[in-house]
Formats: sequence, C-alpha cells, structure tokens
Amino acid sequence: MEHIVIIGNGISGVTAARHIRKNTTKKITIVSSEHPYFFSRTALMYVYMGHLKFSQTQPYEKGFWNKNNINLKEGHVTAVAPATKTLTFKDNSTLTYDTLIIATGSKPNKFGWPGQDLKGVLGMYHKQDLEQLEQLAPNPKQCKRAVIVGGGLIGIELAEMLRSRNIPVTFLVRETSFWNGVLPAQESEMLNKHIAAHHIDLRLASNLKEIKSDENGCVTSIVIEETGEEIACNVVGLTAGVTPNIDFLEGSGIETKKGVLVNRFLATNVEDVYAIGDCAEQQEAIGLRRNIEAVWYTGRMMGETVAQTICGNLTQYSPGHWFNSAKFLDIEYQTYGWVFSERHKKPYEAYFQWQHPKKNCCITISYHKDSMTFLGINTFGIRMRHEKFDQWLTEKQSIHYVLKHLKSANFDPEFYDIYEHEIVAKFNAEHQTKIKIAHKSWKRIFSKKLQSH
Amino acid sequence: MKRTQQLGLLLFLSALTLFTASVFTGNFTFTQQEFDSFVEEKGYKSELFVEELEKALVTDENINIFEFSKRVRNAVAINNQYYNELIAKYNAEKNWAKKGAQYQYKINGKPHSISFQIAKKSGSGFTKEHPGLSWWLTFGLGIFGALLYILPSSVLLGKPGIKNNHIYRDSATNRGFIAWLVLVYLVVFYLVLYFKADYVVNWTFILDPISASLNGGPASQWFVYGFLYCSVMLTMGVRMYIKYRHNKYQMIRTTSVLFFQIVFAFLIPEIMTSLNLPGYDFKNVFPLDYDFFFEWNLKRLTESGGIGLFILVWGIVLTVIIVPVMVYFFGKRWYCSWVCGCGGLAETLGDPYRQHSDKSLNAWKLERWLIHSVLVFSLGMTVVTLYCYFSGTSSLLGIKSQWIKDTYSFLIGSWFAGVIGTGFYPIFGNRVWCRFGCPLAAYLGLVQRFKSRFRITTNGGQCISCGNCSTYCEQGIDVRAYAQKGENIVRASCVGCGICSAVCPRGVLKLENGPEAGRINPTEILLGNNVDLMQLVNKKVK
Repeated sequence: MEHIVIIGNGISGVTAARHIRKNTTKKITIVSSEHPYFFSRTALMYVYMGHLKFSQTQPYEKGFWNKNNINLKEGHVTAVAPATKTLTFKDNSTLTYDTLIIATGSKPNKFGWPGQDLKGVLGMYHKQDLEQLEQLAPNPKQCKRAVIVGGGLIGIELAEMLRSRNIPVTFLVRETSFWNGVLPAQESEMLNKHIAAHHIDLRLASNLKEIKSDENGCVTSIVIEETGEEIACNVVGLTAGVTPNIDFLEGSGIETKKGVLVNRFLATNVEDVYAIGDCAEQQEAIGLRRNIEAVWYTGRMMGETVAQTICGNLTQYSPGHWFNSAKFLDIEYQTYGWVFSERHKKPYEAYFQWQHPKKNCCITISYHKDSMTFLGINTFGIRMRHEKFDQWLTEKQSIHYVLKHLKSANFDPEFYDIYEHEIVAKFNAEHQTKIKIAHKSWKRIFSKKLQSH
Repeated sequence: MKRTQQLGLLLFLSALTLFTASVFTGNFTFTQQEFDSFVEEKGYKSELFVEELEKALVTDENINIFEFSKRVRNAVAINNQYYNELIAKYNAEKNWAKKGAQYQYKINGKPHSISFQIAKKSGSGFTKEHPGLSWWLTFGLGIFGALLYILPSSVLLGKPGIKNNHIYRDSATNRGFIAWLVLVYLVVFYLVLYFKADYVVNWTFILDPISASLNGGPASQWFVYGFLYCSVMLTMGVRMYIKYRHNKYQMIRTTSVLFFQIVFAFLIPEIMTSLNLPGYDFKNVFPLDYDFFFEWNLKRLTESGGIGLFILVWGIVLTVIIVPVMVYFFGKRWYCSWVCGCGGLAETLGDPYRQHSDKSLNAWKLERWLIHSVLVFSLGMTVVTLYCYFSGTSSLLGIKSQWIKDTYSFLIGSWFAGVIGTGFYPIFGNRVWCRFGCPLAAYLGLVQRFKSRFRITTNGGQCISCGNCSTYCEQGIDVRAYAQKGENIVRASCVGCGICSAVCPRGVLKLENGPEAGRINPTEILLGNNVDLMQLVNKKVK
C-alpha cells in the first residue's frame, strides 16, 4: 500500500492527512518532534495567560487519529534521501515513504545578533518556547523585565502574554510606527497608543545591538543600536519574523531557496515530494501574495490542495482573495482584499478612511483611483462577514456599492453600536456623493449561498 | 485596589461565617405557657404526642436546633410507632372501627418539616430578636464585601475586552482546593435546604420582616432561598457587567436575566400571595415547572377564580405555543439565557466556572441520552398525574401517581436540578442541569435543532482553531470543531449565551437569526481556496 509520510503535524500537515484520508485508504504517517498531537500554535499564548490548558489547544480528541487510521510518529527527521525514499531520524532510525509531504513550518528569525543564543533568549513559536518561557518568566519576581525584539504579530502577542503576569516589557520595534510596513498610518498610530496604554514600553525606530550576559551565560541586559542605551532584563524574546524550518533538507537534492521551492501543484523538483505551509516557497508569486506565506489558513488551504493531487485529482494551489485577522491586545483586526501601507501602496491605490473619535475603531478601504473598484478593507474593532467581501471582490464591486451595503457585511455581535452611517456620511462628504445606506438584508447576506444550494 | 479586594474578600468570608454560624445559635425550648397556647392553636389530637413534645421541649436547658430537631422527630416517631402498633393490633383482631379511629392520632408529614414548623414557633435567640442587625451582618455584609471584591476589577482587569487571564492558574477556577470547598458548601447547602430545612430555621428569622412586608407571612426556607438567589444573582450580575462591559449583547442579556428573576420569579409571586392569589412565576414553563399539572396546583388554580384560570391557560399556551414560536424566531436562547432562573444563576454565579463543561464526544452522547430521558420521565409523570386527576384513580398501568411524583421530585427536582445542578458548578461547570437534565431545555432543543432561524454563523476561513470558543462554551459544545470547518453551529443544546463569539480573537462567530435555507451548511472546503476547487469538491460530495 502506498505510504504517505508527512513531516510536521501543524495545520498544513494535519489538514493534508485528513483530506487524504477522506478520499483514500492509503497509509498515512505524520512525523513530529514537537508534540505527539496536533495543537493550535496560535493558541500557545493563551496557555501562558491561563485562558486555556494546553490540552484545549488540541482540536481533535486523542482517539481521532486511531479512528481515522492516521499513524503518529514522534521523531526528528535529520535527513531525507529521495533516491531511496528514506527518512533518517535523530536516533539513526529510518522510515521509508512513497510520497513525502514536507510541512515543517517555520522557526524564529535570528539575524546574527551578539548573544542571540544565550540562556534567556527565546522565540515564541514552538511548544518548547512556551515551556521555556514558563520557566524563565513565571512571575515578575523571577523576570524583572523582558525585552521583545521585533514588532510583528508574534511580538505583540508575547508582550501581551508577559503583561498578563505583570512582567515589565520593553518592546523594540525597527519601524518608526508599529507594523507600518503592513498597516496604513492611521491604524499603526492607533496601535502605538493602544500598546502604550497597556503599559508596554514601546521603543520605535530601535534596533537590537547586542545581548549581554553574566558569567553563567544568562541574559542580563540588551543594548539598543541607535541610542546605545542598555536595558537590564532577564528574558529576551526574538520575534522579528520567521523563516522556513528546512535545514534538514540540505544535501537532499530537494531544491530550496528561503523555503522549499514548489510549483503551483505544491510539488518540489523531486518526484513524489511535496511541500506545503510556511516552509513552502512558490517559484512565482500568486497574484499579489508573497512567495512564502506564514499564515494559518494558507497552510490549511495548501493541505487541502495537495491532498487532492495526491489522491489522483491533480489540483493547482489557487488561493482566493487575500484575507487575514489578528488581535492586538484588546483590538480585533480583520482584512479582506488588499490594503497596502503607505510605504507599499500601489500607484493606482487610494484610501478611504474613517476613525471613531473615542473608541478603538477604524477602517481603511482601498479602491482603484480611476475605476473606483473596491480593492480591500482593513477593519479595527469591527467584525466583517468574510463571505460578503469575498463575493464583492470576485464581483469587482465599486467602493460605492460596498459602502451602500456595508450593513449586510457587519459581523459584530447583536446590539453592538454600528458605525455604517458615520462611515458613509464621511465618504459622501469627501467625495460629494449621495450614497444612501441600504438596510441589512438577509437575502443579500445569504444570496450566494442560497444559489449554490 | 488590591487591598480593597482583600478587605472585600475578608468581609464576605466573615459574613458567610456569621451566616453559617447563625444556624447553631438560639434556643428552641418552649415555656409552659407558650407550649400550651401552641398546642391549643395546633389542636393535636394525640395526647401521647403532646405529652412527648412537652417532655422534650418544655425545659430549662438551652437546646439548639439540632437537639430540638432530634427531640421533635423522636416524639413523632414514638407517637407514630405507638399508633401503628395499635392499628396492627386492631387489624389482627379485625376490629375495623377501632382500627380506623387510630389514624387521626398519627402525625403526618416529613419529620423535618414538622420540626421546621414547630421550630418556627418555639425559636428564640439573636436572629429572631434582631433580624435587622442579623440581616446586615449576613446578607448586608456579604453583599458589601462581595462588591468590594468585584468593583475594583473594573480597574484591575484593565481596558475593556476579554479578560480570562489566570483562569486556569487559579485554584478557585481550575478545580483546585478552593473549588472543592465551594462545592462542599453548595452541596451541603442544597441538601439541608431540600431535606433538612429545620436546621436552617434561623435563616428564616433573619428574613421574617422582609417576608412579612412582601407577602404578609413569615419566611419559609423557600423564601430564604428565593431571596438569597436574587441577592447572589444581583451581586454576581455586577461582576458580569464589569467583565463584559465591552460587549452589549452580554450587558443586555445580564439585565434581562436579572429582571426576570427578581421581578417574575421573586416579587410577583410574593405579592400575589399577599393579595391572597395563588403565587405564580409567569415565566416558569412546564415541563421545567414540573408540578404545574400536579393535583394540588390544578386544585389551587381552579379554586382561585379568574386569575387561577388565567394562569392555567397561560401555562398551557406558554408551553404549547409561545415557547416553540419564540424558539423558531430566536432560538432557545430567548428562554435559557435571557429569561430562565436556572440559566440566570448559571450566567451570573456560574460564569467563573463555564470552562469546566466536558467537551468530549462521550459527554455529548451522555447528554443526549440523559436529557431526553428526563423529558420522557417528566411527560410520563404528567400523563399519570393527569389521568389520575381526571379519572379519580390513584394509578395508571400500575404506576402510582404519588410514587412517580415523589420519585421525580426527589431525583430530578431536588438532586439533579439542585444538589448536582448547582452544587457541582465549581467542578462540572455551570450548566450541568441545563445540559443534561432540564426537560424544558430538551424540548426547546428539539425545536431549535429542527425548526428555527437561529444559528451561530461562522466567518469563512478566519478560524485559527485556538479553542477559546470550545473551552468557554458552558454547554460543552465543541464549537471549534464546526468553526474550523466553516460550518454553522446548529446544536440542540446551544443556549445562545454568546460567549463563544465574545472570546473569539478572530471574529469568527456570530449568533444570528436568519432564513432557514442554508442554515445547516456542511462544507468540505473552507472559504479562501478558489471557487473552482470548491465546486470540484462540492460536485464530488453530491
């Protein structure tokens, strides 16, 4: 029987396994050295904060794997030999495969900072990182201050985690405003304030120069490049992005760049070897997407796609419209379609922006300057209906249409204050238009779905 | 702030200690004069019983409620044994006339209830003489202390938002030592309340003046329970208001459960009683209100004229028409997490424990068996009761009406709904009764599952499977299992509390009422992958 081996039991690998199992009876083995069972990596923060137990981050009950005849193997793959279709493990044991799926995810970036491997320096990615953090920073007595280097999503999550235990946090961000490589200034500035309001010592335009230690190799302080200021700390979190976790492929003949190079069918240059998720790198960018996307749902979608191909139904990886979401402390963020920051704005792209005078609510809508086509939306503090925006993007609706029907796209809980009237009024004032907001309509909300049924 | 909280906790615990200690205070003897007038008032026919009671209770020593209860029950036992023997004797002699004459001398009723009634008369002591001061030292101080503990969290919790920090690191909310202590206290409380109410007669003295002002009579143990229930819900409601102050759905819902509990379940029935009308909770729906069709209630209602008849019709219309129609439009949440008293306590006092509901498939299986069995049990009991009521017999198909009512009241009404349902909050979560036992919830659940506009819509592909929704679902629904598949949640047990939606960090869940078409939407591939792939897979499924 064909043996499919999947290295990595994250969302990509597990989704692939589930979908292969749905369609075939092939033998499936998932290999992982991190934890025997699939868990939600993004939920690790909640374990430290005490919202969840680790077991609750696992979406499937333990019996699920047996029931679906998916073998779980604990082990760390050190080498892949495509010629003999053999994996070698750390303990020198081996495993042969007929089809291999590489889904090993990422690892935290380290940029060669002096002291980056000291005791007390960690990323926030693996389960082992969580365990280490629990050990190093259980309370403000043991960890008098933590410094976080790198202002992305993981950085702010790590800051939130440490603050939940009242540990003072200094947050070094290379950019002049938080995440402004991705977010428009309006939103980035709102987040700067919000971060400060959570008593996080946010240092913008600050790079790490070096990490210093005591005679036992434990972190004692860091030095900031720009100012030379030395900040005493016990823990340093490196959260300056992630990079594909593929060192073990060296010498295997599987072509890599930053990640494992794959074509649109997620196949590598070696027959019967596929790569999906964070560690896969598209040879050519798909639409405006990056070649490597370390996002939960793209991993899931690649798993769904590769499963089709492996089950004999050759399928291209074709991610639909871009979307994403995150939570910055207390502020929820969603995005549908493309909204680029001022720094990366396309020449044809224009913004319409609205911000609540007091609350942490704002939106940015990107549209085509000339055609007024709706390109994308960022919402902060307002939830939106994915399906509606996906449909409107496909239909290439105008920003006028989107604003007119904004009520039907709102996804906030019932009774929440809604701001569509203020938003549309602002647009009308700015553009001398007379858009009249349409009532929320069930027919409109479910239109697409009803047709397909 | 922290200091204030500590002080609040200290005051609350002091009040709880005083409240508990008050049980052991007081003297329950009669003076000769009191005893004589009590006996005259009661008109006991059995001289033996009066003699035994006098021996036991007219004394110079001080006896507390436990000794008192023992003596009264002993007097009842001696009396009843004596007459039972006489009855047996005359029975053997076939002396029917004499046998029949003995029954009037027996003391009927549950021994602890008899003890309660007498204790209510004979009791003296601090709580009886100083009910006002006692109230302030127990209820007053308790509420004040609890509020001192709760109010600072509006600052200490930080900015408005989901604040579940340390829930799994705290002994009280992570099934630790404190949780078990709370469990023991609650279980003992319910056992005493249901089965040994005389032991806590002192509590009723504290509330006698309030009871008198509301319904014109002295406080029963049920009045104490009702008053305590409202106080606890109000106080813990304040906690809800602070914790979910960013969430209007939760604010309005909390207001709703508080309103229905205080006005409908507590005040209106008390005021009706004071007006000599049958006290009735207009929102208590059969079969949760399992004794609605009991003979005593039907008798009471049919004998109360217009209002009685109205209640009878209202009760039936509520169950048969209003409830299912409302569930069709809004889901069972309109009742279970907006109106119901059990739900109200679960959503206030029980909120800190919501994460303990079991999410396993086995628990779900157990839930379906258990809750539907209770529904069948309650309906079967009602059929027997009504049959006997209208036919004038005492049993149907060999099932005795009295036996099945007593069994249901004991097993379901007292043990399941009370002792386990609430007592086990700190370990099994706050909706044990609502999920596994409530026959009304079973009925509403069937309507919600098969004929309703309510669903929890999932938001395409945004789910990151973090598990917050499942963890904080008080009904033990594995919400994530649906959300990560992009499947709407349409489950019989969902009470629509809205917490899954509140705790979701990615805005994936929305409770809403919409068209029935497409409400249940199993999806093979989530939104995100391109349309071709979706169509391909959908084709395959078809």
